[in-house]
Amino acid sequence: MSAPTKPRRSGGQDADTVAAARGMAAQRRGGGPPWGGAGQPVEKAMDFGPSARRLVGLLRPERLGVVLVLVLGVISVALNVIGPIILGRATDVIFAGVIGKQLPAGITAEQAAEQARAAGNATVAGVIESQHVVPGVGIDFGALGLVLLAVIGIYLGASVFGYVQGYLLNGIVQRTIFGLRREVEDKLNRLPLSYFDARQRGEVLSRVTNDIDNVSTSLQQTMSQLITSILTVVGVVVMMIVVSPLLAVIALVTIPVSLWLTRAIGKRSQKHFVAQWRHTGALNGQIEEAFTGHELVRVFGRRHDVETSFRDKNEDLFDASFGAQFVSGIIMPSMMFIGNLNYVAVAVVGGLRVASGAMSLGDVQAFVQYSRQFTQPLTQAASMANLLQSGVASAERVFELLDAREQEPDPARPAVREERRGRVAFEHVRFSYRADQPLIDDLSLVAEPGQTVAIVGPTGAGKTTLVNLIMRFYELSGGRITLDGVDIATMTRADLRSGVGMVLQDTWLFGGTIRDNIAYGNPAATEAQIHAAAEATYVDRFVRSLPDGYDTVIDEEGAGVSAGEKQLITIARAFLADPSLLILDEATSSVDTRTEVLVQRAMAALRSDRTSFVIAHRLSTIRDADLILVMEAGAIVEQGNHEELLATRGAYWRLYEAQFAGNAT
Amino acid sequence: MLVRLLRRHLRPYRRALAAVVALQLVGTMASLYLPSLNADIIDNGIARGDTGYIMETGGWMLAVTLLQVVCSVAAVYFGARTGMGFGRDVRSALFHRVGEFSAHELGRFGAPSLITRNTNDVQQVQMLVLVSCTMLVAAPIMCVGGVAMALQEDVGLSWLMAVCVPVLIVAIGLVIARMVPKFRLMQVRIDGINRVLREQITGIRVVRAFVREPVETERFHAANTDVTAVALAAGRLQALIFPIVMLVLNVSSVAVLWFGAGRIDAGQMQIGALTAFLAYLLQILMAVMMATFMAIMIPRAAVCADRIMEVVETRGSVQPPAAPVTPLRADGWLEVDDLTFCYPGAASPVLRDVSFTARPGQTTAIIGSTGAGKTTLLAMVPRLYDATGGAVRVDGVDVRDLAPDDLWGRIGLVPQRPFLFSGTVASNLRYGNPDAPDEELWAALEVAQGADFVRAMPQGLEAPIAQGGTNVSGGQRQRLAIARALVRRPEIFLFDDSFSALDLATDARLRAALKPVTAEATVVIVAQRVSTIADADQIVVLDDGLVVGKGTHAELLVDCPTYVEIVESQHAAREAVA
Repeated sequence: MSAPTKPRRSGGQDADTVAAARGMAAQRRGGGPPWGGAGQPVEKAMDFGPSARRLVGLLRPERLGVVLVLVLGVISVALNVIGPIILGRATDVIFAGVIGKQLPAGITAEQAAEQARAAGNATVAGVIESQHVVPGVGIDFGALGLVLLAVIGIYLGASVFGYVQGYLLNGIVQRTIFGLRREVEDKLNRLPLSYFDARQRGEVLSRVTNDIDNVSTSLQQTMSQLITSILTVVGVVVMMIVVSPLLAVIALVTIPVSLWLTRAIGKRSQKHFVAQWRHTGALNGQIEEAFTGHELVRVFGRRHDVETSFRDKNEDLFDASFGAQFVSGIIMPSMMFIGNLNYVAVAVVGGLRVASGAMSLGDVQAFVQYSRQFTQPLTQAASMANLLQSGVASAERVFELLDAREQEPDPARPAVREERRGRVAFEHVRFSYRADQPLIDDLSLVAEPGQTVAIVGPTGAGKTTLVNLIMRFYELSGGRITLDGVDIATMTRADLRSGVGMVLQDTWLFGGTIRDNIAYGNPAATEAQIHAAAEATYVDRFVRSLPDGYDTVIDEEGAGVSAGEKQLITIARAFLADPSLLILDEATSSVDTRTEVLVQRAMAALRSDRTSFVIAHRLSTIRDADLILVMEAGAIVEQGNHEELLATRGAYWRLYEAQFAGNAT
Repeated sequence: MLVRLLRRHLRPYRRALAAVVALQLVGTMASLYLPSLNADIIDNGIARGDTGYIMETGGWMLAVTLLQVVCSVAAVYFGARTGMGFGRDVRSALFHRVGEFSAHELGRFGAPSLITRNTNDVQQVQMLVLVSCTMLVAAPIMCVGGVAMALQEDVGLSWLMAVCVPVLIVAIGLVIARMVPKFRLMQVRIDGINRVLREQITGIRVVRAFVREPVETERFHAANTDVTAVALAAGRLQALIFPIVMLVLNVSSVAVLWFGAGRIDAGQMQIGALTAFLAYLLQILMAVMMATFMAIMIPRAAVCADRIMEVVETRGSVQPPAAPVTPLRADGWLEVDDLTFCYPGAASPVLRDVSFTARPGQTTAIIGSTGAGKTTLLAMVPRLYDATGGAVRVDGVDVRDLAPDDLWGRIGLVPQRPFLFSGTVASNLRYGNPDAPDEELWAALEVAQGADFVRAMPQGLEAPIAQGGTNVSGGQRQRLAIARALVRRPEIFLFDDSFSALDLATDARLRAALKPVTAEATVVIVAQRVSTIADADQIVVLDDGLVVGKGTHAELLVDCPTYVEIVESQHAAREAVA
């Protein structure tokens, strides 16, 4: 009599399939393992434990939800364990009906059982005794209906709980990931500029997009399935021990074997996962840089080489992701194999026990079924654990970014300038970008309020560095800089910088309209103010000739807006910000000289009542400066006004002569 | 689109795919056979206490399961190779195609979107291929096998399958149909995150200088909120699928028991057949569910495939000639003939009927007001854009008839923004001439007035350069870019405002040193400073896209009012002193 076990026996197989299907679906979700991440090649090996703990720690703000998800998980596991048992009852009712029908009407169930036992059919006898078999009567549809309704109720409950669990989990994970992205963004604001100087943009980008995506996928999967699987394993183990401790021992051998296997495979796949994310970052960096320097790549005939190096990185990524997919893909079939081994062992030992009369057939059947149920979640847990590795590999890359050394925090009780006049003083300033290469050594200077200070000198003398230091983009290694008598290191950066308008030699405009770009320094500006700034800086003139005027969108290639025009927009931007200290670093280098003269006039008006630092190579730009500093190799070698410096016939005079040397007027 | 993409790039993996199908077929058969062996052990072994039979059948089972493992592992192997290989090939094709783009196409897509398409989008399609390899084959086999076996057990109940399967398909279809637009939005919003972040990193100095961190954070926050919102919406729909499938599955088994009981009671069916039928029905539904999981992936993969194909099928607007012409001479003779150029979509041309000839051994300077079209004019020579009218000829051949590598090999461009690549000083200098020995690099640096500062760097030529050259000053960057062009030893030098960040003394020294090196070459210089170009053999004065003067400094001072204005604007300083 094998019938009652039949529906159950293939349950295990199907469950494995579900596990497989779930695993696949989960991989798909966010943008799973095959590749993603970012980055600077990371030399150190993955530190799985601490990173995994930290990843779990991210869920702390959601702990109430997590607990709820766990509770729902326990409930749905319980319902899913109960379901088949109740469904088995329905089979029993049908079976009882079938047997009852075969028995002659009139005798009692006890008599029928005895007859069956006498005929050597213990199973039928057992069924007759345990079920309400009424000889001569067929299937009790009333009872069957009740049982089936109960089953539907249980499954409906399981599905509803399952949905609520999935819904909550989705929210928890997405909110956590949202928070992680925000944390990274905040972190980027606190990182010193030197961090960005040392890294490829595409790598940093990839950490925020690809790696965080992967973390999201992994979290969602592991939380929904790892937990459920482990709970199921525990539940089934308990049931097995209740039925037969001996067979339970056999079945439980599977657990260490599975753990060992998962670890062994995991160790291999782990390094592939780490490599996969590292190569993804490297590839992303290469793509970003190649697309940014697109024109040069073409014109210098480097397309082929760029593609070769792309191919190498792409090949590395292929190797790593193939390794990761293949090695981790082995887990599922291997676990099924172990499950089958276990199954055969249970069947053999169980069969022997039945033969020796130590165990009933029903118990063995139940046990066989449980050992099936037990393998499936174990398989699932194993493959989840492996996927978790991919997520942790990514998380570690995100944590690495979050742990990078930050710039000095703003003082807790920042100094505030009493008056905003714009007096800048350098006092014995020492600075270097790299410890082994001192750039500025013991530099002192004073810019009085309202003065225009020009800085001239050969390229690389440290002119732009001075500007970087005033803006506190980098920290001094000695001395101090004061603004209106207050050490800028004791002010908040926002306070310091909001008083400074800066135009850099590298024009940077964001992807938006010309209007928005001008308003960048003063978001509260009115349309009239924007137009006024644009007119003063000769932006208005060319903007009017554009079909979309101020609504023209500046795109990356900036077709239609030339470099000089972009520079004018950055000047308008500083103009509109109306700062008390103005810094112009080669602000008009790409602007033609006629326009420059006009812009100079406007700037002169802007400069009139504020301190300004001007770096320019065209001496025409600076001849009116109140103070001209001539820098060489990080030191000020001369200072004075135009006439004084020319009179001394020193470095400035030489620069000046060089400028006009070629001009045969 | 998805189908086209798959067809095109899966072709090299036909054999691997065939292997996957064959292996999956065997593997699935084996796993279909396992339940029967399972039942056999219980029915004929345990129930009868026949240990020998148990051992024997157990042995068989192990053999079958071993076969299944081998097949599965091998299928995973080929599947992973195919899936990851497919991804690699598509990335390669995309990258290659973007390489052919001119600035116009690059600008149309935008670099951030191209980056996402090249990574994230490819990944989505790649995952579909991988999952297809592991599940697509098994699902129909299981389904067909299940149907056949179920029919064998009892035809009378088969109408249940005709109900359950469509119900499942329709229910899941409804959910998936609502997910498609969410995924489309998702990819667009990932682009958004990428764009905001890339801008923040690129413009970090400006962002900080204007204390715009809060605003930028707000911008990022908005992009983040957008992505999260769409991910939440998609995730909620997705959370529906599994419970729906489980419910349909379980209700189906209840229905089988209910209706089967009726048939058994009526004597039309055996109880064994009922339970077997139940097992097969579950198997069919399971197969449908597997297909479902694939189906969930299809909408996103399809959206991504569209985005990939859009790039792959865009032809660069600057195409190499079908039959390249090889010029008879190679001395760098550059003719600009009636050149007119209009940016796509722009109302008026940037350049109108520009003509001049730049001869080898001579320096031709181009000067003019901001936005006069100087940079655009230079861009026509290496075909960064193609002229809309007229022609540019190098060595007597229209640049559009030259093989691109041939053309570019003749040109050394120093762009207005001296972009450097991440690497070292040496790797940047060798950019246009990978085999140049160190001596040549130093020689070029000497000319470009860069030898001193490179020598001062602790690692010299091996000193690291950050992406974009942000770790050296603007002037140093320009000099490295000039040296880079010199190392290339081209016939034509194009200097696009390349001396603007140099101080005047350096500028003068550089130009003096440049003279002997470029004696044989054609030199075109765009500049703002008259001092830089006053000694040029020929000066072309551009104003608003038109040539308003052509001649030497002395000639132009006589007959070109625009030039005179430019000169005067720069001499104001000197006169003021004098």
